[in-house]
Amino acid sequence: MPPVIAHHSPRRAALTRLGGIALAALGGASLLACDKLAEATGQRAGFRGIDITGADYGREFRLTDVDGRERTLADFRGKLVLLYFGFVQCPDVCPTALTRAAEVKRMLGPDGDKLQVIFVTVDPDRDTPEMLRQYMAAFDPSFVALRGDAERLKATATEFKVYYKQVPTGSSYTMDHTALSYVFDTQGRLRLALRHEQTAQDYAHDLALLLRPA
Amino acid sequence: MQRMTLTLAALVLASASASAHAQVTVSDAWVRGTVPQQKATGAFMHIAAEQDVRLIAGASPVAGVVEIHEMAMEGNVMKMRELKGGLPIAKGATAELKPGGYHVMLMDLKQTLKGGETVPVTLTFEDAVSKKTFTRELMAPVKALGGATSGPHSGQHKH
Repeated sequence: MPPVIAHHSPRRAALTRLGGIALAALGGASLLACDKLAEATGQRAGFRGIDITGADYGREFRLTDVDGRERTLADFRGKLVLLYFGFVQCPDVCPTALTRAAEVKRMLGPDGDKLQVIFVTVDPDRDTPEMLRQYMAAFDPSFVALRGDAERLKATATEFKVYYKQVPTGSSYTMDHTALSYVFDTQGRLRLALRHEQTAQDYAHDLALLLRPA
Repeated sequence: MQRMTLTLAALVLASASASAHAQVTVSDAWVRGTVPQQKATGAFMHIAAEQDVRLIAGASPVAGVVEIHEMAMEGNVMKMRELKGGLPIAKGATAELKPGGYHVMLMDLKQTLKGGETVPVTLTFEDAVSKKTFTRELMAPVKALGGATSGPHSGQHKH
């Protein structure tokens, strides 16, 4: 099934804007307010990210954490997993994504404990385990960083349809990379691809939907 | 009357020379903090120009290399590129160097940048007409990595 990009629907976009106004006005009670607003306007609750439920990719990974332990998706069963590919030397998009992830976790309130954020480095040559440990700690100590050698990284990126490429700049290099955040539900099924342009509110909205009993 | 004319002339002269020195105004500057061994980060700011200028280079004692970069999303892929010709800023406009767009890239960092510190940055501009270059010095406060979400981030919530 082709991905459905909820954001491209004008009605959805209008609702998102309305939601944003409610969020701005109500601050902390935002998620609840947004859902109530959705009900009030008669909109069916839907995801703001890209629904990729049933995707035939992104099924598994096998990578190493900063303590040298091998980790797979099964280790995080029972939690929502937000998976992001990036690199530490990234001045902008990666810290923005991780700052947002920490904010989303806070916005979920008590359910924040049910969210596991995982950062996979696309720059394992420079991103040493110790650097990754400190980098994660700067955002949220519960965030897990994973790395693999060139071969593992390539296999993982292929499995997740993630693009990454070294680009020389000055005397050094930077990395182009896919900036989507993938979301797995508590059953370990890949459900959503959240876009970088989306807000913490958008992310929290979709994660709250996934936590809601069907 | 003559005295008044002189005073006026002096005022005009004073303001002309002030504007020659104040072609750009840099405000709201900040640098994103780093963790040990991290070698690159971004500096963000607003630059208002009174003349057509071009931000062509930067320097900082904390960085071996400073470049002017653009971050762009192509589809869902983040691409970051050096702006080889610099960043043009039109007369009367304010360029926003912010996450998701342009930034001053500090590379080959010589030290860890901790929240609360300040980083000296020198920016070099070129006057679009005269092609003369001039510099601006600024002290950019460091925002702790993962800390100040509300500042740069809330600005991304567009409506």
